[in-house]
Order: sequence, then C-alpha cells, then structure tokens
Amino acid sequence: MNHLNEEQLILYHYGEEAYREAAERRAASEHLAACDNCRASYAALQRVLAAVDAAPVPERAEEYGSEVWARLRPRLEGAPGKESLRGWNWWLAPQRWALAGAMAVLLIVAFFVGRVTREEPPTSAAISPQARERILMVAVGEHLERSQMVLVELSNAPSNGKVDISSEQHMASELVGENRLYRQTAMNAGEAGVASVLDELERVLVEVANSPSEVSSKQMESLRKRIESQGILFKVRVIGSEVRERAKPAQQDAAPQPAAEPAKKST
Amino acid sequence: MDNPGLMNRMEGSDAAAVQRALAGDRDAFRVLVDRHSRSLFRLAFRMTGNEHDAEEVVQETFLRAYRRLSKFESRANFGTWLYRIGINCSLDFRRSRMRHEEHREPDDAEGNPAVQQLASEAPAPDRVVFSGQVGARVEQAMSELSDVERSAFVLRHFEGLSIEEIGKALGLRVSATKNSIFRAVQKLRRALEPMVSTTR
Ligand SMILES: [Zn+2]
Repeated sequence: MNHLNEEQLILYHYGEEAYREAAERRAASEHLAACDNCRASYAALQRVLAAVDAAPVPERAEEYGSEVWARLRPRLEGAPGKESLRGWNWWLAPQRWALAGAMAVLLIVAFFVGRVTREEPPTSAAISPQARERILMVAVGEHLERSQMVLVELSNAPSNGKVDISSEQHMASELVGENRLYRQTAMNAGEAGVASVLDELERVLVEVANSPSEVSSKQMESLRKRIESQGILFKVRVIGSEVRERAKPAQQDAAPQPAAEPAKKST
Repeated sequence: MDNPGLMNRMEGSDAAAVQRALAGDRDAFRVLVDRHSRSLFRLAFRMTGNEHDAEEVVQETFLRAYRRLSKFESRANFGTWLYRIGINCSLDFRRSRMRHEEHREPDDAEGNPAVQQLASEAPAPDRVVFSGQVGARVEQAMSELSDVERSAFVLRHFEGLSIEEIGKALGLRVSATKNSIFRAVQKLRRALEPMVSTTR
C-alpha cells in the first residue's frame, strides 16, 4: 500500500469514504503499523484533534430544555400546526394565497378604478373612502409580508454550493403580477410612498422570478447583494408596518369610522 | 469517536412528535425542544464561540423551526433539519458580529495574518503543560476558520455527522464538504501543531 497523504489520514481518522470498508481500514491500519513516516503524521494529526477537544464547551443542565421552552413559549402563537397555517408556511403555500391575493386584488382594483373613473365614489356601496383605503392597506400589507418572507428566505439561504430556490422563485413570479396591480392602484390612489417601494420591490421580485430554480453560490451571493444593496428588505419592513398600522381599524371593524381616519402619509 | 450523534437515535420519535405538533398538539413541540436544546446549544456554542450568542441562537432556531414546521418533510431527519436551521442562525449571528469581515474569502488562510500570528505566538512548552491555555488557543484558531470550514468541521468532529449528512445540512456537494473539512483541519494544524508537538 502507498503512503497515506493528509487527506487520507483525515478520512481514515473519521472513518469516512473508503475507510468505511473493513478491508480498507485494515489495509490502512497495517500500513500505519509498518510505516514510521505515516505513523508520525497520523500521530501529529491526532494530537491536534485531541487539542481541539480540549476547548471547553459550557454544559447546560438537564432542565435547560424547560428554560428554553419557558422563554420560547410566549413568542409562539397557538399550536405549531395552526401557526404554520397562519404564519410562514401559509404564506409560502402558493395555492392558498394565490386565490386570496387574486380576490383581494380584484376587489381593490374594482374599488379604486371606480373611484378614479367616476367623479364620486359609488354611493350605493356602504364603503367610505377611509374604509376603502384601509382595505387597500390590509391587502398591500399582506402582499408586503409575503414578499418579505421570500426575501428573508433568500437572504438566509445557505451561501455555499447549489441552492434550490424553486419555491421562492415560484412565489416571486406570482407576487410580481400582484405587485404590479397594487403599484398601479397605489399610484392612482395618490400613495406615492407605497408605490415607490412597490416599484423597487417589483424589480427585485422580477430578478428572483427570472433566476434559475437552482442557483450557484455565486448567483446566490449576487442575488443576496442585490437584496441588501437596495435596502429593499428594510424599506419593505418599514412601509409594511406603516401600512399595517393604517389598516388596523379595518381589521377590527370594517364599518366606516370617519372619526378614526388615519393621518395621510406625507411622503 | 463512534458517536452516532443525535441524528439517528431520536429519529423515529421525533417524526412522531412533529406529526403531533402539526396536528395541533401544543406540547408535542415542547418535546422536541426538551430533546434537542442541549445539543443545539453545544452546536451553537461551537459555531459562535460565545455563550450568550449560543443561547440566542437556540431560541431563534426553535422559533424558525416552529414557523416552518410544515415545511419539514416527514421522511427527512428532524435533527438534521433543526441543525441546518441552527447553523444558519449561527452564521447570521457570526455575520452580524463581524460585519466588517463579511467579504472574507473562504480560501484566504495563506495570507491571513491572524493565523500566522497565532502560530508564531504559540507559547513556550512550559506555559502550556497545564493548559487552560490550550482551550483559548483552540477557540482562537477556530475563529479563524471561514464559516463553511467551521460549520463542516464542527459537524464532523463534534457532532459525528457523516460527510453526506453535512453536505445536506450545509447545502454543499460531497466534494466541497470534504474540502472544507480538509481546509479546516489544515488550518487547525498550522495553528495548533507548534503547541501540541512540544507538549509531548
Ligand atoms: Zn507510509
């Protein structure tokens, strides 16, 4: 048998690859027993790895799990199954939100087109302009939240090797269409601040939607840089929370409440 | 060395707990927290090198896991899946701690002054014979590894995961995983060998 190089010694040490086979292991062991050079290198390797083990790791007590749970518990809403329907996974399930989103878009566009094309809002509808604005804000808020999920997921993706982003990509391409409608609606409604963030968001979403479903680490990095450099995630967060703030009365009570009309955005 | 890791031992009952959690059983998630907190903490500590960060990583990991629980495929190994989230959380923490170093190349060990300094600063034999210092040296050497090298090494050396499992956890090909481990060991050797060879 030939001498063992460093890489082989490492694999041998961890019982990996060829050295999972009993025959290979035995052959290597026999060589190590017979060859001073290899035995010395292996001993040096083992000394270093033993030193690594000397680095202290603080142990946690048996009840650590309970402590973690006590801290975690208030941060969780409902049962995990329920949470997953309301939270992340709900947003990521395209069938579910595609329907909800499409309906919201139709509703909103119908309202705002009505408002823009007529001098007066349709009086038959018992919906005041304030209520309408809130409905738009609820829908945009949800849209922003879904978009944020995609961007967060992407910026947290592993930064090495090939990454499968097909679910995010699929989401992004669905969000692009929705985004376009909201952007136009927001523009028509004189919501310049919202419209401008939606405009930036749309560019990033288009880029994600046009990416291959499996990206290399380099592509991933450039996508990540793109998301970071625009500060788009931050803007989406800010405008998202603002929008949700403005949507609040509508969520509690859909009836018009003129006195509770939120202040107009200044941007 | 023949540590099967938490990966295999708990597999069956973890899957059952996940199923129950997804079916709405609140306490089922607690079972997972109880079962994995301590090992997750060790992983997080080795990844971050910092006790406080490790605590935060544990919290954040379970929170993310909870929110994504239905994204977990029942055929997969819960421990591996949780570890992957834990690794990402740890990396996030490391990144936020060392923003200025963010664009460090993974292969820059040769030109990395910190590594060379560490090696040349290796203390005289008499000072390390009783070695609380070894731990500090190791920690410093570990902190010089790139994110990928550190992750791959920690998972192989301390957690006993196979190269395939690590590749899956880190989203790396087998060859890239192997190379990361090789590079990690090489860097550790360079940093620690002068010290350990004199202790014999
Ligand atoms: Zn030899």
